[in-house]
Amino acid sequence: MTFDVFAMQAFTGLSIFTILMLMALGLAIVFGLMGVINMAHGELMAMGAYVNFGTAVFFQTYAPGLMDIYVFVGLILAFIVTSLFGYALERGLIRFLYRRPLDTLLATWGLSLVLQQIFRQFISSKEVEVPTVSWLKGAWQVTEGIALPWSRLYIIVLAIVTAAVVYAILFKTRSGLRIRAVTQNRVMAGAAGINTTKVDAYTFAFGCGLAGIAGSSFTMLASTGPTTGQQYIVDTFIVVVFGGVESLLGTISSAFIIGQMQSWFEFNLSGSMARASILLLVIVVLYFRPNGLFAAKVRR
Amino acid sequence: MRSKVKFEQHRPIHRERGSDVSNINRRNFIKTSGAVAAATALPLSMFDIGAARAAGTVKVGILHSLTGGLAIAEKSVVDAEMLAIEEINKAGGVMGMKIEAVVEDGASDWPTFAEKARKLLEKDKVSAVMGCYTSASRKAVLPVFEKLKGLLYYPTYYEGLEQSPNILYTAQEATQSVIAAVEWLMKNKGKSFYLIGSDYIWPRTTIKIAKATIAKAGGKTVGEGYYPLGHIEFSSEINKIKAAKPDVILNCVVGGSNVAFFKQLSAAGVTGKNQTILSLAVSEEEVSGIGSDNTVDTLTCMGYFQSLKNPANEKFVKAFKAKYGANRVTGDTLSCGYTSVYLWKMGVEKAGSTDVEKVVAASANLEFDGPEGKIKFHGSNHHLWKHARIGVFKADGQVDMIYESPLIEPNPFPKL
Repeated sequence: MTFDVFAMQAFTGLSIFTILMLMALGLAIVFGLMGVINMAHGELMAMGAYVNFGTAVFFQTYAPGLMDIYVFVGLILAFIVTSLFGYALERGLIRFLYRRPLDTLLATWGLSLVLQQIFRQFISSKEVEVPTVSWLKGAWQVTEGIALPWSRLYIIVLAIVTAAVVYAILFKTRSGLRIRAVTQNRVMAGAAGINTTKVDAYTFAFGCGLAGIAGSSFTMLASTGPTTGQQYIVDTFIVVVFGGVESLLGTISSAFIIGQMQSWFEFNLSGSMARASILLLVIVVLYFRPNGLFAAKVRR
Repeated sequence: MRSKVKFEQHRPIHRERGSDVSNINRRNFIKTSGAVAAATALPLSMFDIGAARAAGTVKVGILHSLTGGLAIAEKSVVDAEMLAIEEINKAGGVMGMKIEAVVEDGASDWPTFAEKARKLLEKDKVSAVMGCYTSASRKAVLPVFEKLKGLLYYPTYYEGLEQSPNILYTAQEATQSVIAAVEWLMKNKGKSFYLIGSDYIWPRTTIKIAKATIAKAGGKTVGEGYYPLGHIEFSSEINKIKAAKPDVILNCVVGGSNVAFFKQLSAAGVTGKNQTILSLAVSEEEVSGIGSDNTVDTLTCMGYFQSLKNPANEKFVKAFKAKYGANRVTGDTLSCGYTSVYLWKMGVEKAGSTDVEKVVAASANLEFDGPEGKIKFHGSNHHLWKHARIGVFKADGQVDMIYESPLIEPNPFPKL
């Protein structure tokens, strides 16, 4: 293997890591912290992608001169729309199911089918074309053999910024303190004067908004269609479960490990074999550490 | 529910066109009586049957996924088939009978396909079914059609290795596209190939045939990769491709993965301008999702392109756009679906009956001049003699044809 190929593979590993991390951050909050098995999480990502698409169409039609910055507007709108949807979802459905995880699973799976059909009926049954802005097209030619795609560099930066913001919110702000208090001991948090239902709704909405951010930025790499969410949901759950539910650091490390495994396995094996090997390793690790790599030590 | 709606859409047309039917019958009658002197009594007796059933209808089933993951591809096939039915009804129907379409939703789920096939055959007693997209769905309905003696027209290009007495295959089987494509590439583009595909039977079989063809013609395969359907991360594979430096990338990736594959290829600086990429499962329809700036200058091999220049295709494209919207595009599967309905009509008219065995027997060697030019049923193996066509994607997502093979004999069971 030449140095160029090695460097490109290292970059690929880094890129997959950040993509997985961005995918999993939202679910790490919704599933990891709150314990809600949200099967519609993938569709929330698709919703983010569609918002990005809508923004692109709007800019193309009404402000073609500002096309270069539409990604940022799309990103922010995707966060707002999906978190509002998440808020409504929590108030309208999830909060009635907090003590019934299996019912949550079924209800949100049903919701994911409903959302898919809505995308299909009202937007398009086919994949839509989301234009990539000109400054994210092509690659940064470092040397002759090393070309780093701008879109992946953008996602690396976005993922790191998002992870930092999530960390800061959870661990450096009073709202984050409330969220952690409620997830660790709901009754005590309530007794200490925290409005737990309000915290639940905002936390859930925040997790959904993160899914929107991920979905909107992935339009550069993959397809935007009614079944887009299905492409993400399995990987997202694997990352969160493998890392250890209830641990943000676990989610990030798990994204890193799976990302590296994926890039090197795919390089050395065929794609399907790589996938099977990763799943096998995840199973083995979960067999010995059922709570994931970084299980938080909490009393149950 | 859906079938009812579709039926309602078509009913007014039946009523309005009532007078037309008698006109056409009268015209037929004049023609027929003119030919009577030279011909036997057969055409006259056919006319009699037509007249006797003029008020009747004949049911045809349409069985595709209208919901679920495959609706993306199958909904527009239904549109094309409904268009053909509407056209045939406007022109007087099949032997004077109006076609009544019964539309069922396979919901991208194989057991549902089998269940709906049974419903169409047992309850609706349809004379034929146009349906299925994936091989998995066809394999699911095959035993139903064989047991209940139904007739299925299957309009999707597929891997071959099948020949049921109750199925007529109206799209390319694997050898009809891949062999022509590989031979053309070796002659015009280069001898080393990188093969990549989704991981299921169609890409696996196609790539197997491609490898045998490449080896036979003295080329070499420098790499091969398979990814699960719906896979969206191709950067490692792209690094491998870059390291292997093939003359040609032969792409058998299917569905949404193509969007990721092409976007990531062009982000990595591999485009149609600096690399020969030929796709076997990317038609004009898929390009609208991939983004035409990612596919521009790449090659595709299909049996049909919307841009084909012939009167039947111009009529088809015009009618399709008029009915469903100017921004819609046609493609290979759509053309095959549309053609299937006409082939069934011709089979029935040649057999003088809608009886499945008679229609199948009459279909042997049946010729049709359709959107993809002249095609012809094989004498025995239920597939069509077809052209393979290679084209270049333009910036608007349409295809410029650069090569057209002569009619290729279908060979569903190739010896490799």
